[in-house]
Amino acid sequence: MSLPESPMAANPTLDVRNLCTSFYTRAGVLPAVRDVSLQVQPGRILGLVGESGSGKSVTGFSILGLVDAPGRISGGQILFKGQDLTRLSASQLRHLQGNRIAMIFQDPMMTLNPVLRVDTQMIEAVRAHRPLSKRDAREHASRTLALMGIASPEERLRAYPHQLSGGMRQRVAIAIALLHSPDLIIADEPTTALDVTIQAQILSEVQKLVREQGTSLIWITHDLSVVAGLADDVAVMYAGRIVEQGSVADVLDRPQHPYTQGLIDSLPSRNKRGQRLRQIPGMAPDLLSMPSGCAFAERCSRASALCGQEPEPREIAPGQTVRCFHPGAADAQ
Amino acid sequence: MNTLAKKIPDSVRLQTQSPWRRVAVEFMSSPTAVVGLLVLLVIVLVAVLAPWIVVQNPYDLMQLNVLDARLAPGSVNMDSGYTYWLGTDGQGRDLVSAIMYGLRISLWVGIGSALIAAVIGTLLGLVSAYIGGWVDALLMRLVDLLLSFPAILMALMILAWLGKGVGNVMLTLILLEWAYYARTARGQALTESRREYVDAARGQGIGPWRIVVGHILPNCLPPLLVIGALQIARAITLEATLSFLGLGVPVTEPSLGLLIANGFQYMLSNEYWISLFPGLALLITIVAINLVGDRLRDVLNPRLQR
Repeated sequence: MSLPESPMAANPTLDVRNLCTSFYTRAGVLPAVRDVSLQVQPGRILGLVGESGSGKSVTGFSILGLVDAPGRISGGQILFKGQDLTRLSASQLRHLQGNRIAMIFQDPMMTLNPVLRVDTQMIEAVRAHRPLSKRDAREHASRTLALMGIASPEERLRAYPHQLSGGMRQRVAIAIALLHSPDLIIADEPTTALDVTIQAQILSEVQKLVREQGTSLIWITHDLSVVAGLADDVAVMYAGRIVEQGSVADVLDRPQHPYTQGLIDSLPSRNKRGQRLRQIPGMAPDLLSMPSGCAFAERCSRASALCGQEPEPREIAPGQTVRCFHPGAADAQ
Repeated sequence: MNTLAKKIPDSVRLQTQSPWRRVAVEFMSSPTAVVGLLVLLVIVLVAVLAPWIVVQNPYDLMQLNVLDARLAPGSVNMDSGYTYWLGTDGQGRDLVSAIMYGLRISLWVGIGSALIAAVIGTLLGLVSAYIGGWVDALLMRLVDLLLSFPAILMALMILAWLGKGVGNVMLTLILLEWAYYARTARGQALTESRREYVDAARGQGIGPWRIVVGHILPNCLPPLLVIGALQIARAITLEATLSFLGLGVPVTEPSLGLLIANGFQYMLSNEYWISLFPGLALLITIVAINLVGDRLRDVLNPRLQR
């Protein structure tokens, strides 16, 4: 495992290996994330796709060390620039949080403290990692807001969150994540609560900033069209596992896993006008009573007796791995 | 976006309106609450300035004349010629002066103990919510225990053990009252700590202590403020009760409660004023505080907000 697998993978910003995160509830152990491995290279954007409850957010929270009891990382490694985050003490981790690894949350209404002014919150975030005076920290906050395309940063700094629009609040939240020019940003569906035009603006601004600063970005979403426009690589999660991953071009154009194909088929598009959308039959399995073997087998048209066992990830094409016994293009069924 | 923002004149843009300013504006929209607040301000002012505005220091024995004892309201002092507007008590004290001094003690004991109890209770509540586990269980059972006893009984027990005195009365009130703040602060902090802004702050690498004090506490303040206002009133009445029963403040520092107790024995001989006027002063103070507290509760309760 110490040898890099390919020259591209020489120094990934983030290298998650066999991560397992479980919630130990009274009703039983709930394996939210099972055996997830992924890499993000500097300056690359990874789209982490899946439906609600597929474990994509828990993966993000695990990387940042924000999983709370009764949840716990129960196995695997999270190597951030070669350092295993799962072995760090709380204070060592705090030193990285917000500084080298930042997170952007889903709901901009909730992530800013409602009773504190924007400047109070931003100055605190700056001074958590840099010994700046309040005035210098405010200056830095103002510059970062301007970077996010906020028109009059001084005025926004003096505002309370409830005085800002949803889009503006999310820009502020993203600016907070960018304050320390982190090496890695984990964005947990940050644009789902916004309308489409604001979403498009924010996506293009984030993409530009990430490219300029060489930041790695994990964009967690359930929206494949966002991934298609934003990301370089994509990992598709289902019931706590990554079922398919690879470059956006490979995975979205030539999906190999039946679940990925189902997701793409269920998107409306111009070419499918007038046709009924194909949907994936059935429901995602209950994580508390997971079937043995492939979790998707029950809903899968290709399922066979083999699927009663757990499929291991296989590299089906260079850079594209699939966790399925019957991979292949949709037509090859 | 940018061009649009430039077109909007500065005057139209939102003024920075802090949540507290909104509370102040809404508070002022109720005439009764404003009256309550004004009365309270006057009472506090009178209490604070008492030594400079009274006609006699009621506890300087040199200024008292036993011959002036139990004069009816409106009587005139033969030597100096000033009028005892509210009469005099059994020792010949001017009741106006005695009430002003009594207010000083009552307010000092009430507000002082309520504030100290608020700080202690809030901190313990936050710690309890943050640490959780057996610390939380232990603290909250202690709170249950304290709240399940009748306050007056607990106070009598503690004072019987500690003895009289302003300091001891305050200590008793603090021991009784911190539990209210602790329970409220804990409940509120538990709710707040599950909010996403707390996760966001943790994700920014902000330490636990700063999150509790800097982020969670400000969001817990509204209900604590309401409790604080009502607890001040409660502390003042409880002190008055204890003093009336003879277990409160010493005779040398009489509060309103002790003044009422002193006049009580003369009630049956028709010298009603010795008890009545201190009682009225106490009543007005409590009503004023409660008016303010009620309005605060209406303004700060998110469930009652329009």
